[in-house]
Amino acid sequence: MLLQTLVTGLSIGGIYSLMAVGYSLIASILSFSNFAHGAVIMLGAYIGLALATKLNLGLGLVLTGGVIGAGFIAVFNERIAYAALRHRNAPPLYLMISAMGCSMFLENMVYATIGSRLYGFPEFFKRQVVHVWGSSLSLLDVSAFVVSMAAILALHIFIMRTRTGIAIRAGVGDMTMCSLMGVNTDRLISIVFFLAGAFAGVAGIFLGVKYLVYPTMGWVTNKAYIAAVIGGLGSLPGALIGGLILGVVETLVSTYVSSVVRDIFSFSMLIALLICLPNGLMGRETEEKV
Amino acid sequence: MDYLLNIVMLAGINMIAVLGVAVFTGFTGLFSLGHAAFVGIGAYTSGVLTYHWNAPFFLAILAGMAVTGVSSLIIGIPTLRANLRSDYFAITILGFGEALRVSLENLSITNGARGLSLDELSHPAWVFGALAVSVLLTRNFLKSRFGAMFMAVREDPVAAEMAGINLFRTRLLSLVVSAVLCGLSGALLAHRLAFIQPVMFTMTQSTQLLATVIAGGMGSMSGPLIVSFIFTSMPEALRWLNMWRLPAYGLLLVLIMIYRPQGLLGYREVPSLLRGGLEKWRIRFSR
Repeated sequence: MLLQTLVTGLSIGGIYSLMAVGYSLIASILSFSNFAHGAVIMLGAYIGLALATKLNLGLGLVLTGGVIGAGFIAVFNERIAYAALRHRNAPPLYLMISAMGCSMFLENMVYATIGSRLYGFPEFFKRQVVHVWGSSLSLLDVSAFVVSMAAILALHIFIMRTRTGIAIRAGVGDMTMCSLMGVNTDRLISIVFFLAGAFAGVAGIFLGVKYLVYPTMGWVTNKAYIAAVIGGLGSLPGALIGGLILGVVETLVSTYVSSVVRDIFSFSMLIALLICLPNGLMGRETEEKV
Repeated sequence: MDYLLNIVMLAGINMIAVLGVAVFTGFTGLFSLGHAAFVGIGAYTSGVLTYHWNAPFFLAILAGMAVTGVSSLIIGIPTLRANLRSDYFAITILGFGEALRVSLENLSITNGARGLSLDELSHPAWVFGALAVSVLLTRNFLKSRFGAMFMAVREDPVAAEMAGINLFRTRLLSLVVSAVLCGLSGALLAHRLAFIQPVMFTMTQSTQLLATVIAGGMGSMSGPLIVSFIFTSMPEALRWLNMWRLPAYGLLLVLIMIYRPQGLLGYREVPSLLRGGLEKWRIRFSR
């Protein structure tokens, strides 16, 4: 029973981590909270849904399509809504407002065009279970966890080992200096948004397969923001650990206490953590640049 | 006539909440995605008091404002203390709003998701009186030393701190003032609509409040008030537009940020504009 709960928690935590990583990546390079991230996740899920139901594709192709689609949506979002603000060095507050506007626009456009109906993915996993040490684990949970960990590991290798990865890390340190060194910052930021969008696509499809697809499903990113703050805003390992901790703790609370107090609990955890560790578990001592 | 009065009263109630968000976002430069939670706390505190204990309306309003103020302290102290990263506040209040909705839906004293049916106690005199008093007090407050401190913090937190302003205390004060105004708006709203439900106070409402303040103009009181009136009355006039209202608000926010970040009346007020206009006319005619 405990192992089962733990695996369910880890799978939800893995999805939170996927969302938190994308969000954290943007927060670290542009130092603003991208509140449109939830909308990208939702659109990724709808793209995956369309591929799965209209074209009857398998999970692999659905994931690929969702990843590429959500990645491009994130890039377009940046080009249309943030690039102009970035170029004139607008304060982060303006970027956050613009992001909020995007999220409101995209979510309600889906409401107005597709409607508020709940859609389910075709059953990719047919309620299959794996037996480990006498407890039966759902295959969906296990694969959600494995896929999210593999994706985050791949991102880590990309950022640490490739030239583009070095440029991203340099951009996190100092954007102006980075552009003086000959990095095309517009392209760099597009790449970062594509990566964040791609992760949002994976998260959206797994959320859709596990639960349902609907216009406000992106609100679950609230949890990803909380996970990112728990781990330390702007830190990738922090986002991973924060997401896993939040997922496991939430599942434990809803199994052993009550599913009603789950959200209240995660919120209180955030407040408690901000009092004890204002920079999160792995955050650096950051001050906004003067 | 009743119909028209109803719309104007709803607009007036909404204007009080908008005033609160204008103090916090427009004058202090902090971002909030959860001020609807404060409206909800004000609404539920006063509603529970009049519903279960038949409290006098005036006391219920005061209690609503007080409880809102205290809860804003509970969120504000840990989050605003994490200096200089204002994102923390935005995220925490987002979580707070959702946690509040879940609690309201599951408490028996609030009648859960079914909502509370209240008496219609917010008469026009109450609404317009409260609006006038809050506009007047907020205006004086923003012209005081504290208002100047808010604006200094908005323009450049580091420079403000150098000049001896305590960032944490200033931001916290701004939050409490804005929350209390939202609480007042909530108490009036609950007893105007005579019915409250947890879903009335979600993120959608918070973003609408924010959109109103941004469209009206940062650092302006009259701008957001005018836009609030337009935003509340317009959907009544153009009902077929209702479905496209929220996408339009979203698009409006992005376009304003790109093309006109100062909004309708950024950093200006109607009285000073009128005076300026009058001055121009006088100069033209005296020649």
